[in-house]
Amino acid sequence: MIVLSDYLILAALLFSLSLAGIFLNRKNIIILLMCIELMLLAVNLNFIAFSHFSGDPGGQVFVFFILTVAAAEAAIGLAILVVLFRNLSTINVADIKSLKG
Amino acid sequence: MFQVPNMLFALPEMVLLTMACVILLVVAFTGARKIEWVYGLSQLSLALTLLVVLWSLGDWGLTFSDTYIKDALSDLLKVFICVVNMLVLLYSVNYLKARQLMQGEFFVLAVFSTLGMLIMVSAYHMLTLYLGLELMSLCLYAMVAMQRDSAVATEAAMKYFILGSIASGMLLYGMSIIYGVTGSLAINEIALAIANTDGNETILSFGIVFLVIGIGFKFGAVPFHMWLPDVYHGAPTAMTLFIAAAPKIAAFAMIIRLLAEGLIDLQNHWQDMLVMLAVLSMILGNVVAIAQSNLKRMLAYSTISHVGFLLMGVLSGTEEGFAASLFYTLIYALMTLGAFGMILLLSRQGFEAENIDDFKGLSEREPWFALMMMILMFSMAGIPPLAGFYAKLSVIKAVIDVDLLMVALVAVVTSVIGAYYYLRIIKVMYFDKPVVEHKLEASSSMQIMLSANALMVLGLGIVPGILMKLCTIVFA
Repeated sequence: MIVLSDYLILAALLFSLSLAGIFLNRKNIIILLMCIELMLLAVNLNFIAFSHFSGDPGGQVFVFFILTVAAAEAAIGLAILVVLFRNLSTINVADIKSLKG
Repeated sequence: MFQVPNMLFALPEMVLLTMACVILLVVAFTGARKIEWVYGLSQLSLALTLLVVLWSLGDWGLTFSDTYIKDALSDLLKVFICVVNMLVLLYSVNYLKARQLMQGEFFVLAVFSTLGMLIMVSAYHMLTLYLGLELMSLCLYAMVAMQRDSAVATEAAMKYFILGSIASGMLLYGMSIIYGVTGSLAINEIALAIANTDGNETILSFGIVFLVIGIGFKFGAVPFHMWLPDVYHGAPTAMTLFIAAAPKIAAFAMIIRLLAEGLIDLQNHWQDMLVMLAVLSMILGNVVAIAQSNLKRMLAYSTISHVGFLLMGVLSGTEEGFAASLFYTLIYALMTLGAFGMILLLSRQGFEAENIDDFKGLSEREPWFALMMMILMFSMAGIPPLAGFYAKLSVIKAVIDVDLLMVALVAVVTSVIGAYYYLRIIKVMYFDKPVVEHKLEASSSMQIMLSANALMVLGLGIVPGILMKLCTIVFA
């Protein structure tokens, strides 16, 4: 039998994985965007698990909205990425450092 | 039985949304030919929204299945958001024209982002809060990236986007934990659930950690401030002005709704976290700002320190503290508006007045605006009789009232350190020889409003009572 805490542990693992991906990754901005998506999916899992086990549908409705917003967010992120690549000809995280101080 | 919700409570947002769609259509059909119309329409839509807010003042309550609130706080903040954004658009026009950035997209994004702010201010449910926040943030990311051929602007946009998204993720994770424990997403039901049950405080405080991190990112409080100097520096100044002013007012509403209204019974948990954020922000912001030679970057670090100050009022957890914080936020918005407005005023085609050296000898070239800049800088430093002094005084008083003397001490010491770099601007303006020859190109309406802006900071310093009283009534 799968209980609530199993879902929460899985979501927490996914969430930490995405955070680790964001802060350890020094190579590619696309990986950063993937990690951000993963983070939102971990949150979704949390909401659905809580919603299912408490019988309150509010959390599941929230998930629909998060999915929609995540799509919009990915669209804007990729658009900025394209513009950035045109200007710098690189998407290497380590090369994006002209602003400092 | 289905009840029709009271739409009147959301009338300002509906007016703004309608106008935003009209602007979008005008932009789509006229392109760049009628850009002045688009500008006029944007100002008109903000003015209309402001009128609707003022017209419906005082009629308070919840609507849309208790997800949306109209109360004194939301009314006051909406008035300020509309006024601040109207000034932002007015200040930006000349700058945008000189840089071929005067495109319909800017105005569409500005109006939609204002809509997001208004929704945030009125949100009384985690979902509405999140949607308002994202509507505002997504427009801001796109706005920073609008100068497509500038490498620094796109880099700033990327950094803003990534850190902003992490902040949203953190905030959502915190919300999900709190939803799990309390079983509700509505702010008032969360407060009720926490008041009625004793256990589970550990899990709740685990959720609060994530909420506070998310809020810290959005405000730009240390140690979550990394994006702020880069974005302020890299973005075109008009966009920096937009990001710096009104979104902070909306973020203030977010912190009040989440921590002060939803989680007030767990104040002992979030107070310590906010103390840390506030103290670190004040120290780092004020110390690092000294080393900057770029005025936009310096103002970014000064923003970080101001965030520390305004968190001080919130962390005290008293009504007086919230009122002091609200007062600080509004004064901060006015001061930032003036300071970045001054950079926009002195910029012209092919020249950004963004280095401190560009202000050398301003008193010889433009004595009146040098005086206005002096008022703004003195106010940011917190020197009486300007509004910034009264704002700092009231937040420090709020933390002393709850016996957090160490925090008050840090605030006083760091504001003395901070005075150094504000005074340096004044010294450069009055005692150095000018290096750039230059005459003003800004429209007379901008010059008048910028002067009015600075004089208002002076006026609110001499008679702070009216605004302070409004802020106190909001939380009484």
